Amino acid sequence: MNNKGQTILDWIDERFPLTSTMKAHITEYYAPRNFNFWYFFGSLAMLVLVIQIVTGIFLTMNYKPDGTLNGAGLPVAFASVEYIMRDVAGGWIIRYMHSTGASMFFVVVYLHMFRGLIYGSYKQPRELIWVFGSLIFLCLMAEAFMGYLLPWGQMSFWGAQVIVNLFGSIPVIGPDLSVWIRGDFVVSDATLNRFFALHVIAVPLVLLALVVAHLVALHEVGSNNPDGVEIKKHKDPATGIPLDGIPFHPYYTVKDILGVAVFLVVFSAIVFFMPEMGGFFLEHPNFDPADPLKTPPHIAPVWYFTPFYAILRAIPSFLGTQVWGVLGMGAAVVLIALLPWLDKSPVKSIRYRGPKFKIMLTLFIISFIGLGTLGALPPTASRTLISQIFSVLYFAFFLGMPFYTKNDVGRTPVPERVTDTNGRRQLVFLVLVAVTVIGATLFAKLV
Amino acid sequence: MNENQVDTGRRRFLTVATSAVGGVAVAGVATPFLMSFFPSERAKAAGAPVEVDISKIEPGQKINVEWRGKPVWLLNRTPEQVKNLSKNDDRLVDPKSEVDQQPKYCQNETRSIKPNLLVAVGICTHLGCSPTFRPDLAPADLGPQWLGGFYCPCHGSKFDLAARVFQGVPAPKNLEIPPHKYLSDTRVLIGEDK
Repeated sequence: MNNKGQTILDWIDERFPLTSTMKAHITEYYAPRNFNFWYFFGSLAMLVLVIQIVTGIFLTMNYKPDGTLNGAGLPVAFASVEYIMRDVAGGWIIRYMHSTGASMFFVVVYLHMFRGLIYGSYKQPRELIWVFGSLIFLCLMAEAFMGYLLPWGQMSFWGAQVIVNLFGSIPVIGPDLSVWIRGDFVVSDATLNRFFALHVIAVPLVLLALVVAHLVALHEVGSNNPDGVEIKKHKDPATGIPLDGIPFHPYYTVKDILGVAVFLVVFSAIVFFMPEMGGFFLEHPNFDPADPLKTPPHIAPVWYFTPFYAILRAIPSFLGTQVWGVLGMGAAVVLIALLPWLDKSPVKSIRYRGPKFKIMLTLFIISFIGLGTLGALPPTASRTLISQIFSVLYFAFFLGMPFYTKNDVGRTPVPERVTDTNGRRQLVFLVLVAVTVIGATLFAKLV
Repeated sequence: MNENQVDTGRRRFLTVATSAVGGVAVAGVATPFLMSFFPSERAKAAGAPVEVDISKIEPGQKINVEWRGKPVWLLNRTPEQVKNLSKNDDRLVDPKSEVDQQPKYCQNETRSIKPNLLVAVGICTHLGCSPTFRPDLAPADLGPQWLGGFYCPCHGSKFDLAARVFQGVPAPKNLEIPPHKYLSDTRVLIGEDK
């Protein structure tokens, strides 16, 4: 850097920790050298967050959170979305980026969470990173749910009606609580306005704060890796730098840019060629304006909620209340956050775990995908039965974990240092996961 | 007491007292924000009673009206449909309507004032979807024992033609019967019964 630039930088550094922050988080943040495919999704989640914020800001410039009817008899909110799609220059592309971004956020975050699961990234000393991450997941679900009401279509309306009524099933305070959430006796203009406020201001602020906490905690303890060994155990005595660490920039910025490029190809293909994704990203009944007197013949949430929705449906009401399904669905989310304390395994990574964990993980993938498929389909007797079996497996994975992970180690001992990635093994693993996912989907579809 | 010594007891008392007073202030300030989430006066006033002309409802036909933003069904049951109601009794959760889901004057066999005319809030007691009217006998999807009723598309809850819930479905209670009264033979007022 030339002298003038250095002078300006020095001036700033005396007043603001610019250089030291850059070093601590980017240029001198040492990440393990053996990151693989699964490590793309953290940076991609940040990219999608930026896409959602930017497109969201521009959507609010033309969107109107108004449930009353306009001169043509259409709800104003619904008409303003049509206006964005048809009359605002570039409006359709901004909206499709936002709607595709919502689904891709969950694709990326589910894969990011799966990475944490297979490599034990939540285990000591990274429990707080995982807890912050779980809260981010919760915020994302709230964002997605409230955002989905805004177009004020049939699915928006009835989806919100169902979810808000979930709170109504809580004993004693439930009915008043659901009225309090809606601000009316049914989902109405008041509900739409408050969901808009929460969707564009309140939850995003919390989300951003949590993302900062997630990263600060990560950079405090350092990244985990596919071998699940602590690279800080072996440092170069002269420099104090982990022997298996490489600076995040340029090594992983360059790697992540490749991930970004591939991601954007997929993202653009969806935005331009199949923004509705056959009804999975944007559901067809949502092209009809909200009608409080008529429920669409088949109500299903967007795909990323279907596993939890299937658990809700699988649990019947008894003792005169249906709160059990709601509790089950809540527990399914909360248990994820408790993983650090459920997993008693002496090793982190799946590479050095024993067969019990691998079997349970496979069953978990099958049940999660199976529930996701069933949650999108109308209920029948046999589907409900299969959902119940999958729900049991889902909970068995978490609740049984303290027992089956104890002393469950593989034949290969955990190495002292990170190992070189075996590309073929990676590919076999990816294919296995893909086959399991596709198999579970087909099975659930056929029952 | 020595000037340089810290009186920790006093310090702790002041910390706790300041926090407590501050906490009360926070709760006080939060009140209007939390209260603002309740239905406004305008929303509460929108619950006015609705008058319906029932002379045009043919036997077996159902009409929907809106009351407090909710769908209310008026179903003119045929004599056969009324006769069939008791056949469902042993498969229902609450055949005698013991749970408080109807006004006293509708706690009877047909859950209505006049045996033929059912007035019910068309919102599923599970999670608030509006069930669909399925008067057909023994359709393929609902089984051979189906004598007509309502089927909720969201989670598969089933109700008979008196809006009573069947066993083994997610909905826990019969559908709500709103307060209503007959102004004349052909006019019903929904939302008021005095």
